[in-house]
Amino acid sequence: MAEHVTSRKVYFLVFAALLVLTGLTVVAAKADLGAFNDVVALTIAVTKAMLVLLFFMHVRHSTRMTVLTALAGFFWLAILLGLTLADYASRGQILLHVPGK
Amino acid sequence: MASEPLVEPHGEHHRDLAHQFDSLDQQKESSTLGTWLFLVTEIMFFGGLFLAYTVYRRMYPEAFLLASNTLNVTLGGINTAVLIGSSLTMVLAVWSAQVNWRKGIVLFLLLTIGLGTTFLVIKGFEYHDKFVEHHVPGPSFHFAEENPSPHIQKIAAQDKDLGRHASIFFSLYFIMTGLHATHMIVGIGILVVLALMARKGKFDAEYHNPLEMTGLYWHFVDIVWIFLFPLLYLLGAHAR
Repeated sequence: MAEHVTSRKVYFLVFAALLVLTGLTVVAAKADLGAFNDVVALTIAVTKAMLVLLFFMHVRHSTRMTVLTALAGFFWLAILLGLTLADYASRGQILLHVPGK
Repeated sequence: MASEPLVEPHGEHHRDLAHQFDSLDQQKESSTLGTWLFLVTEIMFFGGLFLAYTVYRRMYPEAFLLASNTLNVTLGGINTAVLIGSSLTMVLAVWSAQVNWRKGIVLFLLLTIGLGTTFLVIKGFEYHDKFVEHHVPGPSFHFAEENPSPHIQKIAAQDKDLGRHASIFFSLYFIMTGLHATHMIVGIGILVVLALMARKGKFDAEYHNPLEMTGLYWHFVDIVWIFLFPLLYLLGAHAR
């Protein structure tokens, strides 16, 4: 079998990093950073998700076909979120410019 | 083999190799791809709810902030750690199979089931609190900001229909965490079956596809929670 076996040490390190990042996101949320509260929270969440994907889900050692499939999922999610929010974000502005109002 | 004439023409192969595959490696790649295709549908499934959350939070930022602050960050944080711990034990169950440690597989699967159940029990206590506080959307729903702090009251005063908009937050909270918990209940069910199979010695270094694929699912559910925790519990923490 060509399967890659990751050492236990790596898994424990990833686990520790995930716990530290969880603590960090709680502490960071208490600071009033304005709009950057969301940026910080999502950056930490994406970092944690990447750790889980690459190490626990073994995407690091997956074939290109599998990686492409996973990426396609997140790409379509980005389309769903991106286009819908672009719509909502621009609605108010368009209404302001309705002629005769 | 001689007693099973239907199998005989295909010749001998590994006990766990389905005969449409050339090798265990090819079989594993096929399982992995199939599982990921399922996870892609799950990304879109949860993605729709994350989208609904974002749209409504943009519309009613004050109600979402104040409603979020009624959630128990301590319990939510402990649950995040519990779930991350269960991901560790899940991956260690797969690792045990890879190094042919059969007792380890059963041990780590049982630990994963235990941690998953712990998560659901804590979640149950949180839901109970919400029922007691009348924060469950429905006929008995009631939400009013009682914190007398001028800063908090100023935020509350910005939304003329605070209660109704807070109920949208709680609807999303219950649907998203409820759907997440449903996934965990399904996952625990699969883990119980796997633990029974592992006890019978079905998995070893050569073959442990069901463990690996259930792991993918379990870790995905963990990732969903990694996003739910800050978005639901921490969005108003700076204004407490």
